[in-house]
Parts: sequence; C-alpha cells; structure tokens
Amino acid sequence: MNFLKNILKQSGKLFEEGKPLSWAYPVWEATDTILFSTDKQTSSGPHVRDNMDIKRVMFSVVIALIPCYLFGAYNIGYLNALATDVSRSLIDNFIFGMSYVLPVLIVTFVSGAICELSFAIIRKHEVNEGFLVTCALIPLTMPPDVPLWQVFIGTAFGIIIGKEIFGGVGTNIFNPALTARAFMYFAFPTKMSGDKIWAVGPDGYTGATALAIPANPTEYDTASNLLNQSTQFDFSLWNMFWGLIPGSIGETNKLIILIGAAFLIYIGIASWRTMLASVIGLVFTASIFNLLSGYSTNAMLTITPLEHLLIGSFLFGVVFMATEPVTSAHTEKGKWIYGFMIGVLTVLIRSINPAYPEGVMLAILIMNMFGPLIDYYVVQSNINMRIARNA
Amino acid sequence: MELFDSESKKIVSDPLNVNNPISLQVLGICSALAVTIRLDQAIIMTFAVIFVLCSSNVVISLLRDYIPNRVRIVIMLSVIASLVSFVDEVLQAYMYNMSKQLSVFVGLIVTNCIIMGRAEAFAIKHGPSKAFLDGLGNGLGYGMIIIVVSFFRELFGSGTLTLPDGGAGYVLFQMPDWLYAAGYENIGLLVLSPGAFFILGFVIWMQREMVGLEEEE
Repeated sequence: MNFLKNILKQSGKLFEEGKPLSWAYPVWEATDTILFSTDKQTSSGPHVRDNMDIKRVMFSVVIALIPCYLFGAYNIGYLNALATDVSRSLIDNFIFGMSYVLPVLIVTFVSGAICELSFAIIRKHEVNEGFLVTCALIPLTMPPDVPLWQVFIGTAFGIIIGKEIFGGVGTNIFNPALTARAFMYFAFPTKMSGDKIWAVGPDGYTGATALAIPANPTEYDTASNLLNQSTQFDFSLWNMFWGLIPGSIGETNKLIILIGAAFLIYIGIASWRTMLASVIGLVFTASIFNLLSGYSTNAMLTITPLEHLLIGSFLFGVVFMATEPVTSAHTEKGKWIYGFMIGVLTVLIRSINPAYPEGVMLAILIMNMFGPLIDYYVVQSNINMRIARNA
Repeated sequence: MELFDSESKKIVSDPLNVNNPISLQVLGICSALAVTIRLDQAIIMTFAVIFVLCSSNVVISLLRDYIPNRVRIVIMLSVIASLVSFVDEVLQAYMYNMSKQLSVFVGLIVTNCIIMGRAEAFAIKHGPSKAFLDGLGNGLGYGMIIIVVSFFRELFGSGTLTLPDGGAGYVLFQMPDWLYAAGYENIGLLVLSPGAFFILGFVIWMQREMVGLEEEE
C-alpha cells in the first residue's frame, strides 16, 4: 500500500499549479482520495461533523445497492427462462441476467465519468463521489432491455442538467439519477413508459406490468381480482414482495430494498422520517381512494394500500431517491411534510392520471422542487414562534 | 446620412451576438418555444417577425414627433397590430398550409416583447433609417436563435428537416431507415415544449459563454 501511496504522492507533483498536467488535477485528486483518505475538509453541504465524510456516505449507499443488482440480474434470467420455457439453474439465470445488467452499468459509468471529469476540469472543482451513487442508481431504474445509447444520453443529461449546471454535488435541486430517468421516460416513451412488459423475452414478447393491468382493464373489476386473473405472471402479494415479477432492474424485490433501508437508517445516512412519512402519505391517500372507488369505474382506485406498497417502484424510490441528503428537505419537520407529500402524489399520479401508470419518479421530482420551500416555511415558523414566545 | 458607418453596423450586429434579444435579453421566449417544432415554421416566422419589426420601427420612428408621450403605448400597439394583421392575411392568401400550422402564433406576434421593446427602446428616439437597421438586426437575432432551436428540435425530435414551400413543406433531409433499423429512436421529448426549453437553455448557455457574459459576481 505504501508503494502505491508513494507513486501517487510523487506523481501528484506533476499536477500541481503551474505544472504541465495541472489541468488534469481533478483526475489525480479523485484517484488519490478514492484509494486513500483525504486531509481536506468539506466547505459546502452535504456535510456531517464526523469522520464519516461524503465519500463514506456515498460508498455506503453504493453498498446498500449491491444486493439490488444481484437480485435484479437473477430476476432477469428467471423471467427469461419463464418466457422461453427453458429450465436453468440459479447460477445460469444469474449469469444470463448479468449479461444485460453489466453493459448498462458500464455505459452509465462511462457516460457519467466523461461528464463529471469534463466539468471538473473546466470548472476546476473536484470530482465528487456523488456521481458514483448517481451512476449506481441509474441502471437500477432502467428496464433490462433498454438500448445502451439511450442510457448514455440519459446519464449525460442527468449529470449535466440535473447536477452540474446547478454547480455540482451539494447544490443541485433535483436528484440527478431521477432527472436522467425522467428524461428517458419522456424522450423514449416506447421503451420507458412502464405499461409494457419489462423483461427480456423472445422477440415480440409482450405483456402488461403489475401497474398497467389495473390501469387498462378490459372490463372493470377490483385491482386485486385483475391482478390475480393475470395468467402470464404470478402477481400474488407474496410474489410481488419477493420480486419475481417484471420491472426495472432494481425495484422488484421489496425484501432487499427493506434490508437496504434498514442498513442506511442504521448507519444514519437515510432519514427514517422521510421513509415513514411517505408510507403514511401513501396509505392515507390510497385508503381515501379505496373508499371513493365505488363511485368510479377507475380500477386504479381499488388498489389497496398494501398493494400500492408492493407494486412498482415506490419502496425503491422512497428508500434510495427521496432520502437523498442534498435534494430532500433538510429540517426534521420538513422531512415529514416532504415524505408525506411524496406518498400522496405517488398515489394521485398513479390512480388519477391514466397516462402515467407509475408516479413515484414524478412525485419525488416535484417534491425535490418544494424541498427548499418547505425548509423555509419550517425555519420561518420556528423563528416566528420564538419571537412570539419572547415578546 | 451614411447607411454603413460603424455605428449603423453596430446597430445591426449587436443584436446578433452581444445583445441578442432571445439569448441575452431573454425576450420573445413564448413564440420561440411555440413555433420551433419544425424548421419551416421557424423560417416563415422569422420572415414575419423581421417584416413586422422593421416596418413598425420605421413607422413609429416617423411618427415619433407627433406621438403624445402618454398614449404612445396604444399607438405603438395599433401600428404593430395592423402590421401583424397584414402579415396574417398575406400568409392566409399565399401560404395557407403554413398559416394553419402557425395558427394563433402569427397573431401573437403583436405580443412579442421584442417588437414592443424595440419600438419603446429605440424607434421612438431615433430616425427612420437607424430604426430600420435596428429592426433588421433584432429580427435577425431572433430568427437566428429560433432557427437553431428548431433545427435541433426537428432533426432529433421528428427525424426530418423541412424547408418552407407553398404546400406542406419540402423535406430536405430525413433520418435514413438503416439508422432506425439499427435501433435509433427519435427523442420524443424534443417535440414537447420542455424540449424547446432545454435546447434554448443550451443555446443561451453557449452564446453567453462565447460573449463572455457573467451575471453573477
């Protein structure tokens, strides 16, 4: 290790101010701080007064995401075996899935690294580890058969528009990974809109995802019945919890997401307030819609709160996207409001707007926008309260 | 009266780069978003705006000594509105298809901030020849941006490039079929209004970078 350290320190001199390679300083700095620790202190948020620096925060999130990748890969293989009627071992399924997941992952990182490094060099800021998390999140929100060039463009858009033009990590308004996904959702609706099947099958293999079934029923019935009638996949509650259903790479297995959530809460990165509040918001709105569902022929209204939790990417979005420390509300009271509204909006978009079967992405992006406003309100109301108390 | 002294040249060239009405003053955004889905719409719109802008500037400049200060806005508006109605009639008579595509946005040239802005900021204080040059410069500056925006929007959003002709438009370029066969897809986002915002944002970014304008300290 010392050997490597010496090489880095020696070569570092080449990148100092005024030396020929000084333009590439961010590249050297990133290599150095990823391999070893840094002695620099953070001057702008997100920051914690702890030996837990941004790098460790970001790496912990990446660690929490790894199980999602592993299961996602297995699930792709499993669904493909189901579609093509071949039987494969667990390992073969996993390898088959990896052949789809890895290219997406590599393209995302290449695209993200190109954007991040160019901005680091031009704007002379340091390469921030935040982009690792962004790039690790993006493939998990993609359908397995997404074209790679679309991933490349989407990632570049997410990094540049979602983050860099606002000034880089810590100053962005929108979650870059979700910005990338939103871009692809509207730019390439045929691949991304979420109503077609999201599994790798033979050519022309098609079907409806769990959310699309109650969104476009052939005849009106409750969502539970419609899901149970589906013969193509097993949409029972238990199976949706286990995640052997079509969906984005990382969203399907709820158990792994819950373990990830527990891990992030335990080491103190993600806010349990945001997560709990979103679930409360979702249950609240879904219950109201259940009560009203008798007056409408919209089958989406009959989805029970539990089904809402298990269908689609709600849990994934709430655990890994909504809790992002930069774009969520910062105050504790604010996090309750922020999370609650994410839950409310998710159900609202899912149920009322037939064009968008999945609402988590838009709900989180909308609330990202309101995050600073919520904080302002919370801080201001606290100031007013204290003025009133001491007057 | 020299038409091409350095001051006159500056009047024409400034709005093209350092003082562009769209990318630096951020005026006239609404029409820039609305008519940039296809290249031919943007080109016709450019001509319409250049005509209205030049004529209104000249007319207002000629009338500038007779316009009472208190009612100048009303007079400017009536001049601009008559010119716009004229353009609208001409389009309906000779380019009916285009007129239908542009629909309400021809009429909305009246409310284009650039035209009112130039009348108020320039034409009311200067002679007709300078006012004409100012109108030309700003019209070209406006046209330049919307043509660039519509170029990218049409090329990547619909996969074509269309030039205006009397009918439905002459298709200059079409994305080749083998590209689609290889998995290429049009970027649907660019056809929607947010797509125009993104392209416009990039254009403004590029132009300000080239001009070297920094708003923040």
